[in-house]
Amino acid sequence: MSDHAIEQHDNQEHHDDHDSPENIQKEIRKYLGVFLALVAGTILTVWVRLGPLHLPEGQAILVALIIAFVKGSLVAGFFMHLLNEKKLIYSVLILTVFFFAVLMYLPVTEVLGKFGYH
Amino acid sequence: MEIPFTVHARPDTGLYNGKLGVWLFLASEVMLFGALFSSLILIRTGSTTPWPEGWKELHVYPAMINTFVLIASSVFVIMAWANLRLRKPKVARMWIAATLLCGFAFMGIKGYEYSLSFAHHHFPKTNNFFAIYFTMTGLHGLHVLGGMVVFAYFLTKGWSMHEHEYQRFTNRIEIVGLYWHFVDLVWIFLFPTLYLL
Amino acid sequence: MAQKRQVRVGSQWMYARDAEKALSEALRVMKEEEGHHESFITKYVFSQDHKWIGVQYGVTALCFLLFGFFLMIMMRLQLGWPGEPFWVIKMFFHGDGKLLPEQYNQLGAMHGTIMVFLAIVPLAVGAFGNYVVPLQIGAPDMAFPKLNMASYWCYLPGGLVMLASMFLLQTKGGAAQSGWTSYPPLSDIASQGQTWWLVGMIFLITSSLLGSVNFIVTIIQLRAKGMTWDRLPFFVWAQFVTSFLLLLAFPPLEAAGVLQLMDRVAGTSFFLPSGLVVSGEVLKNAGGGNPLLWQHLFWFLAHPEVYVLILPAMGIVAEIIANNTRKSLWGYRSMVGASIFLGFMSFIVWAHHMFMTGMGQALSAFFQTTTMIISIPSVIILSALFITLWGGSIRFNVPMLFALAFLPMFGIGGLTGLPLGLATTDIHLHDTYYVIGHFHYVVAPGTIFAMFAGIYYWFPKVTGRMLNEKLGKLHFWSSFVFINGIFMPMFYQGLAGVSRRLYDGGIQYAHAKEAASATNPFMSACAVGLFLSQLPFIYNFFTSIKWGERVGANPWQANTLEWVATTSPPLGHGNFTTVPVVYRGPYDYSLPGSADDYLPQTTPEPGTVAAPVIAPAPVVA
Repeated sequence: MSDHAIEQHDNQEHHDDHDSPENIQKEIRKYLGVFLALVAGTILTVWVRLGPLHLPEGQAILVALIIAFVKGSLVAGFFMHLLNEKKLIYSVLILTVFFFAVLMYLPVTEVLGKFGYH
Repeated sequence: MEIPFTVHARPDTGLYNGKLGVWLFLASEVMLFGALFSSLILIRTGSTTPWPEGWKELHVYPAMINTFVLIASSVFVIMAWANLRLRKPKVARMWIAATLLCGFAFMGIKGYEYSLSFAHHHFPKTNNFFAIYFTMTGLHGLHVLGGMVVFAYFLTKGWSMHEHEYQRFTNRIEIVGLYWHFVDLVWIFLFPTLYLL
Repeated sequence: MAQKRQVRVGSQWMYARDAEKALSEALRVMKEEEGHHESFITKYVFSQDHKWIGVQYGVTALCFLLFGFFLMIMMRLQLGWPGEPFWVIKMFFHGDGKLLPEQYNQLGAMHGTIMVFLAIVPLAVGAFGNYVVPLQIGAPDMAFPKLNMASYWCYLPGGLVMLASMFLLQTKGGAAQSGWTSYPPLSDIASQGQTWWLVGMIFLITSSLLGSVNFIVTIIQLRAKGMTWDRLPFFVWAQFVTSFLLLLAFPPLEAAGVLQLMDRVAGTSFFLPSGLVVSGEVLKNAGGGNPLLWQHLFWFLAHPEVYVLILPAMGIVAEIIANNTRKSLWGYRSMVGASIFLGFMSFIVWAHHMFMTGMGQALSAFFQTTTMIISIPSVIILSALFITLWGGSIRFNVPMLFALAFLPMFGIGGLTGLPLGLATTDIHLHDTYYVIGHFHYVVAPGTIFAMFAGIYYWFPKVTGRMLNEKLGKLHFWSSFVFINGIFMPMFYQGLAGVSRRLYDGGIQYAHAKEAASATNPFMSACAVGLFLSQLPFIYNFFTSIKWGERVGANPWQANTLEWVATTSPPLGHGNFTTVPVVYRGPYDYSLPGSADDYLPQTTPEPGTVAAPVIAPAPVVA
């Protein structure tokens, strides 16, 4: 039971710097900034595609994906705290993204006719 | 014997059990939606007929509003968690309620979108574009619903935990928040892919 | 003075202070009883204790194993004596007792599905994993007991849906019959049973997913003090890698299942190409779909799935071999590294199941290369186990017999995989009995033997009693002989060109007729023999629970932590009375200078003081 008390005490100290009201208020300001960036990004995506630019399809896809990646990174990095997350979580996610990329890319190469004789 | 590290982090990993658990679950969700995105790309690139233009077949502006709704709800849930850490549970409860309301709004607008499509005789079986549209937005919608159920639980029956196990309750809101952000993340990719490209 | 005051408790007078102590103790006991009051339902049905959930998984999985075996018996009777009536077929399908082609197809699809998803994985991961892993790492339970319970209760309904589809749909087109692989377009247009299969699969995949999260978090977070990664038993490493495979590989199949459900129920054409002609008519679908999409998504799961089938088995065999050679595992680090590498590679070999689909040369070459590379870690693990035997003081008890047999059997299975993994030789062998021989060798005399080894090995931990040795040896030897009799001729059949999934065993094709008719009756007789060989085991299993020889906590003189816990650890009270502290690795057998030929992991270095450890009076089972 003393372990429990020590644990609590340690976490209390740990929490003090992480969870101080000033730090949390700083975080909240960051969240609001991210929110505005996400709204802007959304409007931008729609405008790029449906507005006066009239990009060719390939470029449009690229731009839309880039904006989506930026927005996604903001959500992941700030809202989900990935920027301050532990290495273990990072490694699992990197592994996952790798397998996802494999699944996304390999079957499609067949259809695109890039690999193969047909 | 109690299960260790349910509330406080294990020193060498720096994580409490639920946090690691939810990230692993989200990794599997990346593979789930990733498989659907891969299917979309495979079907689209292999299509022998021209792929429909999303902004002509679907309703961009309701979907754009839905995007704002989800992004806002993401902010709301993280405000809830921040307020719990600031020891303001009553304020946090309001933010959770706001998140749940956004969920209702999202599903409502989505229902409206679907009804517009059905009115135009656009069903999943119409062609593969609509098939993948309904399937992916449908599965995403189910995930939104799942999150809403959890938020409703935390607002009602689950709320009492904050009285005697405050940190554990705060962790739970953090965990459902992570799930909710992921649902938002999927929509951030889904919206341009289906509606604009 | 207050101290001298007395109060009356019941019929006794006692000092107030003594009464106060007694009262607070009584209150504590009452509260504990209240808190621990569990009904039959919460203790045994919706249990959250990993040990009981492990038993639930084990018993359920063994029932499915037997049922899947029974389906195969009906198939083999047909294959051995095509067109002959059999009583068992009549009992199952009614009619005249002669198997119809569509019934054969149902048996084929359901045998595969049941064996892989309802029997082996739940046994290897759900039963052995759940029961043993928390004990071996010194944890009180899994990280998420409620999730564990949910996992079992997704598995059982999924299994029941599959089972029901066999019994309830015989007049409505039957159960799924498009192979366990469910390839479209056939599966898209198949009868109702296929939809039940898809629903069942969604339950099973959910069960798996919940379980895998639990295992990974448990192994990372709940290891006891001193249980570092390099002191983990190889069995735990194997389960760890397996869980990652389940976590990341299953979701694409779930996605594929959803897409196929949409095709069947909502009329979409994800997997239906345009202009498909069915029974002379063009299908009125939108079309534009790609049947290969299903294959990619399916095999993306199904290839890692086969490593899910084999890794826990290797884990079990490693534990038993180390224990029964009284030696350390040779090459523990290499085995662990090989398992991790194997797990990683398993995600990038899947299209070697698709060499004949018209993939281009470059893509085929890629998958052929990765497939050849993935054979290396298997060889490393098997070699390490073989080398471990060298110079060992081998005890030939029943678990060890099964574990030893695993080695050459898995070796045959693995080696016969090589010509399948090479695209050119696969041209001749794809979809023949060679493939069936290959994968059955790895799973049947491979994994299933390892499962038996595990049952004989851990039975005394679960029940406090030993399985009968003589019956066990009978079970082993007869199974070993018959199982080789069934599967060895399949390589010959395949090379001779006998195709798989033919309801008459291939005799309708002139080039295959001779090979098929020469071997099928013999193989079918062996199948019946194998079935009969299981009877001593079933008898042994049930009678030993009641009347088996009673043993203590560590009948095998083993090192790993589950043997340090009490005999048959009681449910619901955690596993260890005090938290175990680990001082050494799991394989300190016959360590020079030690008195015993084994040193449990909780034994500190000589001259140091151990933390107080475990073992209250054994619980009478």
